[in-house]
Formats: sequence, structure tokens, C-alpha cells
Amino acid sequence: MLRPNDTKGKLIVVEGIDGSGKSTQIDLLHKWLLSKGYSVYFSEWNSSALVKSTTKAAKKAQSFTPATFSILHCTDFADRWENSIYPLLKAGVIVVADRYAFTAFARDVARGNDPQWVRDMYSFAIKPDVALYFRVPLDIAVERITGSRAKLKYYEAGMDLELSESYEESFKIFQGRILNEYDQMVDEFGLTMIDGTLPVKEQQKKVRALVKKMLKGFEGLPNPGKHPIVVKNPQARNKEDQGGN
Amino acid sequence: MARKEFYGAGFPYRDFGKLTGKLIVLEGSDGVGRSTQIKHVRRWLEDEGYAVADTGLTRSELTGPGLDAAKSGHTLGPTTMSLFYAADFADRLENHIIPALQAGFVVLSDRYFYSMIARDSLRGIEKSWSQALYGIALRPHLILYLRASVPSLVQRLIHGRGLNYWESGMDLNLADNLYDSFVLYQTQIIQELEKLALEYNFVGIDADRTPHEIFEDLKRPIRLLLQNRLTKSERPF
Repeated sequence: MLRPNDTKGKLIVVEGIDGSGKSTQIDLLHKWLLSKGYSVYFSEWNSSALVKSTTKAAKKAQSFTPATFSILHCTDFADRWENSIYPLLKAGVIVVADRYAFTAFARDVARGNDPQWVRDMYSFAIKPDVALYFRVPLDIAVERITGSRAKLKYYEAGMDLELSESYEESFKIFQGRILNEYDQMVDEFGLTMIDGTLPVKEQQKKVRALVKKMLKGFEGLPNPGKHPIVVKNPQARNKEDQGGN
Repeated sequence: MARKEFYGAGFPYRDFGKLTGKLIVLEGSDGVGRSTQIKHVRRWLEDEGYAVADTGLTRSELTGPGLDAAKSGHTLGPTTMSLFYAADFADRLENHIIPALQAGFVVLSDRYFYSMIARDSLRGIEKSWSQALYGIALRPHLILYLRASVPSLVQRLIHGRGLNYWESGMDLNLADNLYDSFVLYQTQIIQELEKLALEYNFVGIDADRTPHEIFEDLKRPIRLLLQNRLTKSERPF
């Protein structure tokens, strides 16, 4: 399954369905850790420039199948893993990840892929030191997303699964399946559940308490300037798909 | 929902129905003459009245551009590279090979995932990981392995398309020049392929001979397959 952490660094991940508020929480945590003088690297799901440039055309043509969709997301993850996450963990950095392998375990299985096959594919990755699962009831999450964003995208709404003709209806069914997968992973991977309906500040308090406990005695790589870490990519990062991760 | 037509779970979200065609894989080292043989086999089978499709010579539209970009500079790690190839493989399998088999074609595949496992294992990728990944793969009806010695590969390539960076495994820093690197790299690849040959029941064909002689040898197991007369040791399952 996932390997134990054999590095000098620490890995913190946030998970949850779209609209669970996890990105807000990891952003606050990232800034807080920086202010404490830790070396911190923020990694975002689906953000490898190389993979993005190749999948753009396929997304447009809607030519993914559940298997190719799954493998290409793992390719994206592997690129970030090999070029930034793993070497930085080795160096003693705290890596905070907005979504991790669990996102694939939830989404790819909700798309109909074999659960064990997806898990085996990610077995080169490390088990996080803290894995936070922000749980919100389905209708609240759906409302947060459909209310705040103009238009759902094809794959985001799970339209490839032909669950419904309506984007909103399909999104709802698809997110329900994903939520179900997440709930089952709480025990399987020891995810820490955080109630995503609580006020932002209260959630952050819980998050910091958990992280503080985990970091007891941790030294890590010094960061006297309190700067965030930027990994330079040979190709320019494409920021236009923000939010639809 | 593992089906015995697949090495692992296959594509559990889709029911492909009955695959009436035959999948024949041609494996073998770089420069062994696979594409020439596929041309001959194709013409021969078509003369015999079979509908034939071949695959593997061109990349899938899905990942082709990405793989080309990767090879031309961007530093992709071995796992990333391996997954890129797997995505390409899955795309070809689902969108080309399986539909052709549904339609009753004889599909000739220029390589399959076995050579990817061989090349990845030399780059530190665990074999068990690769094998789990290729649990999506359909079991071929016949795997023909063109077995050639390194000197004959060198001779063929130098009088053909020449030695290149990837086929010489220059990324592995085995030697400081294409020739030495090619010899070391292909020797190791052949060792890996030989292990896979036992594991997956390849039918070995001596490829240190003329193209015509190789072709004549290839015909025998193909003919037996199409008459449902392959022996157990010649069948991949």
C-alpha cells in the first residue's frame, strides 16, 4: 500500500470532496507553518505542467476513459513526486498537499476502476504523517460549488459516466459516490475527520493542534528567511485551471 | 470482477462482450526487425482471407505529444515515464485493440507491455508494481519473441537506421558512447526479456537469421493458433 515515511521531512495532506473547504484550511496552515520558521512546500493536485499540456487536448475532445484518466492523474502525481515532493521530504521539508493519493482512490474508484488496482498504482508514495479529511454533507458541498462557480466542467461533473443529462444532477451523483469512497477510507488509512461545517477558525484551531502534536521534537530544514519554497519547472506553470482540481 | 481474459482486473467498468478476434504480440529487442515481420505477416494473413489490424507503430493521440516532449528534454523521473507509457498502452488497448477484437480481427501488436516492464526494471522500477499496473492488459492469444544476439542487432542497426540515444540506454550512464552503451543496455534488456519469456510463455523464434527464414518460422505458431491447435506451452494462458 503506501510506504511508511522514511525521510527527514513531514507530509501533511488535506482531502475531501469539492466544496469541503479543505483548500482554505491548507492555505492557512501553510502560512502558519511558514511564520513558525519551518521550510514548507505546497503541492497541488493536478498541477504538473508537462502532464497538463498533454491532457488538455484529450480533455477538450472528451476522449478519456476511466482507466486513462486514472493513469494520467497518477502520471501527474508521479512527476510532482519525483521532481519535488520526495526530494524535498528527503531534505527535511514539511510538504503540505492539497489533495493526495486518496483523491485518486476516491475519484477513480467512483469512476468504476478497480480499487486495488488504483491503490497499487500509488504504492510508490509515502503515507502522510497527518491526513485530514474535511467532511461536509453532500448538499452543502454541492451548494457551495454550484453557487460560487459559473459552470461545472465535463469531467468535474462526472459527465463521462453518463449518470444524467444535467451537469448539476450528474455532479451531485458523482460527488455522492466520491463521498462514499472517502468515508470508507477513514478506517482503511486512518484519516482524521474534521467537520467541514464548523466555522473556518474553529476548524483551523483543530488542524493546528493536530499538526503541532505531530511536529513535537521535529527540527527539519531551517528557513531563517521564512520564504515559501518554489520548485522551478522547465515549463511555465499554467494557472488557468485553478479551483477545478 | 477479474476476467480470465485479462492479467488483472482489466477494465471493470465496461463489458466488452465476446472478443472473437485473435491478439498476436510480436516482442523483441530494438532493431530485431519486428516491423518488417509484421508487414509480411499481415500480407500473408490477408492473402489467407483474415481481417488484420496492426498497432504499436504509432503512438496514441492521447500521450504522443507528452512523450515526445519528455524525450526531448524535460527531466521525467522513471515512475512518471513508466506511467506515461502505461496511459498510452491503456488508450491503445481500449480504443484500438479491443474494438478490433470485438469485430473479429487478427490484431498484430508490435510489442506489448512486456518490453516496458523490461526497460523500466533497468531503471529501478519494481517489477511487481509494473505487473499490477498492467493488470488492465488483455492476455494475448500468442506472444512471439524474436530472439536475437547483440552482435546481430548491432549489425542490423548500423546498416539500418543507426544507433540512437534511447535504444542505447544512454540515460543510464552505462558508457560514454552509443556503441558500448548499446551493447551493455541491450544485453541487460535481453536478460529481462528472457525471464519474462518464461513467465508469460513467449514462443521464441531464432532471429539471428534472414528475414525470410524468420518469417517462415513465425508462420507455424500463427497457423496453429488460427486452427486452435497451439500446445499448452505455447499459449499465454
